[in-house]
Amino acid sequence: MASPTTGLEVFTDREYKYGFVTDIETDEVPAGLDEDVIRVISAKKNEPQFMLDWRLRAYRYWQKLEKAEAEPKWANVHYPAIDYDGIVYYSAPKKRPTSLEDVDPELLRTFEKLGVPLEERMLLAGVAVDAVFDSVSVATTFKAKLSEAGVIFCSFSDAVQNHPELIQKYLGSVVPYTDNFFAALNAAVFSDGSFCYVPKGVRCPMELSTYFRINAMNTGQFERTLIVADEGSYVSYLEGCTAPMRDTNQLHAAVVELVALDHAQIKYSTVQNWYAGDKEGRGGIFNFVTKRGKCQGDSSKISWTQVETGSAITWKYPSVILQGDNSVGEFYSVALTTNHQQADTGTKMTHIGKNTKSTIVSKGISGVFGQNTYRGLVRIQKGATGARNYSQCDSLLLGDRCGAHTLPYVEVMNDSSQVEHEASTSRISDDQLFYCRQRGISAEDAVSMIVNGFCKEVFRELPMEFAVEAAKLLGVSLEGSVG
Amino acid sequence: MLEIKGLHVSVAGKEILRGIDLQIGQGEVHAVMGPNGSGKSTLAQVLAGHPAYEVTAGQVLYQGRDLLGLPAEERAREGIFLAFQYPVEIPGVSVAYFLKAGLNATRKHRGLEELDAMEFLDVLRAKLKFLEIDQAMLQRSLNEGFSGGEKKRHEVLQMAVLEPSLAILDETDSGLDIDSLRVVATAVDHLRAPDRSTIIVTHYQRILNYITPDFVHVLMGGQIVRSGGSELAHELEARGYDWVRGEAAAAGSEVKP
Repeated sequence: MASPTTGLEVFTDREYKYGFVTDIETDEVPAGLDEDVIRVISAKKNEPQFMLDWRLRAYRYWQKLEKAEAEPKWANVHYPAIDYDGIVYYSAPKKRPTSLEDVDPELLRTFEKLGVPLEERMLLAGVAVDAVFDSVSVATTFKAKLSEAGVIFCSFSDAVQNHPELIQKYLGSVVPYTDNFFAALNAAVFSDGSFCYVPKGVRCPMELSTYFRINAMNTGQFERTLIVADEGSYVSYLEGCTAPMRDTNQLHAAVVELVALDHAQIKYSTVQNWYAGDKEGRGGIFNFVTKRGKCQGDSSKISWTQVETGSAITWKYPSVILQGDNSVGEFYSVALTTNHQQADTGTKMTHIGKNTKSTIVSKGISGVFGQNTYRGLVRIQKGATGARNYSQCDSLLLGDRCGAHTLPYVEVMNDSSQVEHEASTSRISDDQLFYCRQRGISAEDAVSMIVNGFCKEVFRELPMEFAVEAAKLLGVSLEGSVG
Repeated sequence: MLEIKGLHVSVAGKEILRGIDLQIGQGEVHAVMGPNGSGKSTLAQVLAGHPAYEVTAGQVLYQGRDLLGLPAEERAREGIFLAFQYPVEIPGVSVAYFLKAGLNATRKHRGLEELDAMEFLDVLRAKLKFLEIDQAMLQRSLNEGFSGGEKKRHEVLQMAVLEPSLAILDETDSGLDIDSLRVVATAVDHLRAPDRSTIIVTHYQRILNYITPDFVHVLMGGQIVRSGGSELAHELEARGYDWVRGEAAAAGSEVKP
C-alpha cells in the first residue's frame, strides 16, 4: 500500500491550523439570532423592503419551528445538537494568509494531485488573492461574453440590487421558506450566493464553471442560488469545486432553486469536497442543503448530477417538481462516505404533469465507518397520466464496519404510469483486487479503478473536464479508506 | 529462471501442495497436468502471489531472487503473468483502460516512459488482429458479459501486451470451442520466445497439439508424481491419470486418490 497519508488527512489538522484566525475585522454582529440581526444583515446589503419583509417572515416561521424543536430528525445521521445562538450570522471576511507559504503544505499537495491551476490554488487555500493576481479581469471577460448573450449571472446581492423584479418573482417559488427548518433559517439569514437568468431561446455560451469557482469564494455558510431558464433556453451550471475548500464554518445550510419554463433545460452539476472531519470523526462540515428544481413549463428538463465526497454529514435531496406536461427530471449521484462520514442523500421526483419522466441513478460507496443512506421518493400524482420513472440504487461496501442503506419510497396514484426500481449492494472482492494486482496495478490504484468503474454511469453525465477531476478526486478521497 | 524447492501450500488450513520441486529454465515451456483437485491451479495462484494461499514450507527463486516475499503487483511488474482460469468481471472499467494501466505500471517499474493513449493503441492493434479480437472489445467493461472464448482471448491479449518473462496459463484451454482453442493456442505458441518461460496448466492434452512443451509434469495429490518430455502428454491422453496413479502407488509414493 502507499504511504498512510490519506486525502482526508489533508484536512485533519486544519481546524487546528486555521481555526484560530482571531484577527477578525470589526464588521460583525454578535453571535445569536433575533430580528435585529436580520435587520442589520438586510441593511448592510442595502436590500429593498420586500427582501427584509421576506427574511423576517422566514425568521418568525423558523423561530416557531425551533421552539417546537422541529429540527428534522428523520435522517439517518447522528450529530450533537447545533447551538444556533452560538453562530455569528453576519461577519465580514476574515483575515487570510497573504501567500502560499503560509498555507498547509498538505493542502497544497492535494491541489497538485488534482491538477488545480496555480492561481486557483491560492484562491482555494484562502490566500488573499486580489493582491496576487487580477482575478477581476478574468471575471470581466466571462461577464462580457455572457452579457452579449443576454445571460444574467451575478452574485445574489447584485441581483437583488439590479434585477429586483426577477428576484421578487422567483425567490422562494420553488423552495418556500416554509419548506423545512433549514430552508427557513437560510431564508432569514442567507448572506449571498449566485443568480442566473437565461433569456428566452438562449443557449448559454459556456459552462458556468471556472467563473463560478472564482465568484463563489467566501459566500459564507448560508448560500442561496437561484437559476431561471426562460422558454427554450439552456444552461449548464457547475457548482463547487473538486479541490478541498478551506472553511471554518461548521453548519452549512444552503438553498438552491431552479426554474425551467417551457422547453427550457437546466443541467446542474455539483462536486462537493468540504472538510469531512478527522479520522476519529471530530470536526467536519454539516452540509444540510435544500435543492429543488421546478419543471414549470411543458417539455422542460432539469438534470441534477452530484458527486459528494466531503462533509462530515450530508443531508441533501436535489429534487424535481415535474409540473409541465412531458417534462423530464434526472438525478445522478455518487456519494462517498469514509472514516466517520455520514450521508443521507437522494431525491424526490414529484410527477404532476402528463407523460412526465424521471430517472434516478444513485451510487453509494462506504468505507471504514462511513454510513451511506439513499432516501428517495417517487410520487406520481393522479393527473400525471402516462408518467414513467426508472430508479437504480447501487451500493458498494469497502469494509465490514461501514453501512449502506436504501430507502426508496414510491407513491403512484394513477394506473397508467410505470415505475421501475433496481437496487444492488456489492463489495470489492479479493479476486477483483488480485486480478488487478496481477497486472501490476497497486492495490490502491485498483480500488480507485474499481470504484470509478462503479460510478461510470454518473460520471459520464458530468461535463468532460469535471468528470476527469471527479475521478481524480475519488481516488484521492479513497486513499487509506481500504485496508 | 524459476526454481521451486519443497513447496508446501495451504488454503484455509487445508494443505494443497505437499512438497513441489520444479526447475524451469529460460525459454522453456512446461506443461503441468493432472486431474481435478490435484493442486494445479493452486500452484499457478501461489506463484502469482494470491494472498489467500499460505506457503507453509519451501522456497521459490525467480531469476535468482526470493519470489515469495514480493507482493503480487511487484511480481507482475517483474515479469510474472498469470492467465486466469476464471477472469473476474469489473463493471465500468474498460478493457483498454485496464490494459493501459497494467502496462504503464509495469513500464514505470522498469524505468520506461509511460505510453499515452495513441501509442498504446498502436501497440494493441496488431495484437488484436492476431487474436482475432474486434477492436470494439476495448470499450467493453472488463470481462462483463464476455463469452468463454472472449475471456480467454482477452487473457492472452494481456499476455501479448505485457510481454512477461514467465507466463503461467491456468487452464486457458478450458471452456473453449475448437475454433477459439486454435486461435488461443496458436497465439500462445507464437508468443514463445528465448527470453520467455511458460507454464501451461491443463487438464487435457489437446492444447498441447498446438504447443509442444519441452517438459510435462503430472501433479497428483499436491505432488509431482511424474515428469517427462512431450510424449508423456500423449501417453496420459491414451492411458488416463489412473495409469500414473497406479504406477506412483506401486513406487511407494503417497498419492491420495
